[in-house]
Amino acid sequence: MNKRKYSWLTVLVIGLISLGCVTVSLAKDENKGPLKVAFVFVGPTKDAGWTYAHDKARLFMEKKLGDKIKTTYVESVPEGADAERVITELARAGNQLIFTTSFGYMNPTLKVAKRFPDVAFEHASGYKRSENVGTYFDRAYEGRYLTGMVAGLMTKSNLLGYVASFPIPEVIRGINSFTLGARSVNPKAEVKVVWVSSWYDPGKESEAATTMINMGVDVVTQHTDSPGPINAAEKKGVYAVGYHSDMSVYGPAAHLTATVHNWGPLYTAKAQAVLDGTWKSENIWGGIADNALDLAPYNKVVPQSVQAEVDHVKNLITQGKLHPFAGPINDQSGKVRVPVGKTIPDKELLSMEWYVEGVQGEMSEE
Amino acid sequence: MDMDMDLIANILFATIRTGTPLLIVAIGELVCEKSGVLNLGQEGMMLMGAVAGFIVAFHTDSLMLGFFGAIIAGALMSLLFAVVTLQFYANQVATGLALTILGVGLSGFIGREYVGEALSSVDFQIPFFSSIPFIGKVLFSHNLLVYISIFLAVSVYWFFKSTRVGLQVKAVGESPESAQSIGLSVLKIRYMAIVFGGAMAGLAGGYLSLLDTPLWAENMTAGRGWIALALVVFASWRVERAVLGAYLFGLMSIMHLVLQSFGLSVPSNLLATMPYVVTIVVLVLLSRNQQGIKLHAPMSLGKAFHGAR
Repeated sequence: MNKRKYSWLTVLVIGLISLGCVTVSLAKDENKGPLKVAFVFVGPTKDAGWTYAHDKARLFMEKKLGDKIKTTYVESVPEGADAERVITELARAGNQLIFTTSFGYMNPTLKVAKRFPDVAFEHASGYKRSENVGTYFDRAYEGRYLTGMVAGLMTKSNLLGYVASFPIPEVIRGINSFTLGARSVNPKAEVKVVWVSSWYDPGKESEAATTMINMGVDVVTQHTDSPGPINAAEKKGVYAVGYHSDMSVYGPAAHLTATVHNWGPLYTAKAQAVLDGTWKSENIWGGIADNALDLAPYNKVVPQSVQAEVDHVKNLITQGKLHPFAGPINDQSGKVRVPVGKTIPDKELLSMEWYVEGVQGEMSEE
Repeated sequence: MDMDMDLIANILFATIRTGTPLLIVAIGELVCEKSGVLNLGQEGMMLMGAVAGFIVAFHTDSLMLGFFGAIIAGALMSLLFAVVTLQFYANQVATGLALTILGVGLSGFIGREYVGEALSSVDFQIPFFSSIPFIGKVLFSHNLLVYISIFLAVSVYWFFKSTRVGLQVKAVGESPESAQSIGLSVLKIRYMAIVFGGAMAGLAGGYLSLLDTPLWAENMTAGRGWIALALVVFASWRVERAVLGAYLFGLMSIMHLVLQSFGLSVPSNLLATMPYVVTIVVLVLLSRNQQGIKLHAPMSLGKAFHGAR
């Protein structure tokens, strides 16, 4: 009997130690002073991808607003029940503005927001809002279009590869925009898509990229969160285009450029709005013109002429003179989907579920 | 035609590369289970190996030392498991699960500062042989660890087939009481088997973080430890089948990627479950045949042994 007691005790101790490793202790002091702003991150702050970009924005905001604000964050919070607990604790700890930065936090955020009507919540990439929950995202497709141009101009085989996560409108929009950008400068370019059914699996992402490279792809890009594909391209001696943040450290020779989120200005504006008492729940979908995203510095192998051409189009987008989804656009079967003079409206972009001409392969079933 | 041969060569090459970490973990766990100990902590030990290997290699710039660190980390984790289950008679299943949870959390914690850092990737080529068409690509252009894993498998096969110690390990796994009665130290043998398993899991983790994708990312093993556990059952505790199974599972895990790049739409989630489905089928087939189970599965698997001093 004694022995059995022992064994369960040991298991319990190990369990507790491991729990301790993932739990982050939250500050409890509740003094009136600077505006307290909190962030909930889905990954580690140094993931070189999605979360890294958000944390960079947090630091940007701190620098801009100085001692008017005080920020905290909790990283690697799983989507679901854990998220609700963390958000609740942050609200209870006196934070007046809370950013929840992953799609899966949508329902937990709304649930907690109901109980804390005086706290402002901002949820990234979601579509449900309430009195005190706003949503925001960036028009990443503008960056996709530009990086597509870079890829289209740099490819020799005219085959581009796209490592994709899940067939949701956000990802499909990116694939289409990348393809349109590539074909705007290189009509022969085609884009292969491989779905890995994961946001984060470095091994699988790099395997998917390698498979495509073996089939003749010479520029790969990705809508997943790890630098796996960049790494695969570097190993294979071909080019890659990053996403979320500058991933050049993983492939100094391969990394041409990347679409980089720039949440800093938005976060600063939101915090300022709370300070001024003018914050309201709204949906923000900012583009390059709003400084919500940008391209990472070009690799030195990208010729000046290519850089100039892409920068020119970037200016046109900024000035509102060019829209990546302006017609004419054909779908995969070659049928005209968007006629000349028309542009796909935001509402349809947000629910996009068809491929443009030039994308190879069928859409993976959900 | 030429293109097709190239493609097949590439698929086979990728099969071996993705199968290798599975093989290494499975070989380690197979030895461990042969001694009658079920360690479900593979995923946790792999992650600890991956993070330790990366940190060591990052600071020393030496892959060799990195792998050494990975092996040590895996072995230390398994030593913890061994002490808890052998010394304190804790339930092996529960302890194994706890070990996985511990490994996931602890590796994430230790590796915090290293997320986002990169190692320069190293490629290894066997001169001359790797330039043979087809065969050179499939068999001779892998990294060194692929060959080490095969050497390991052959050694373990030989170990169980022809060595005295191998026989002793099997005896302990079948009936620790009888083994003890003929003077074998059950405790010592099980300690060694567990630590070997841990070292292999650590090595496999190092393979992922040092060679396969030279970077550290939280949870980067992404379930490979669990697949390896299934693999041991799939192989019905036989080394030669584990080798075959590792490559088969490797092929299954990349097949949907290959099919997709051909432009075929396949339900990738379904394909990803194949290793587990196949394992269940093998389990069912095995349990239909009582004799078969008796022949292969270690009889005392998962049971604590209280007869030790």
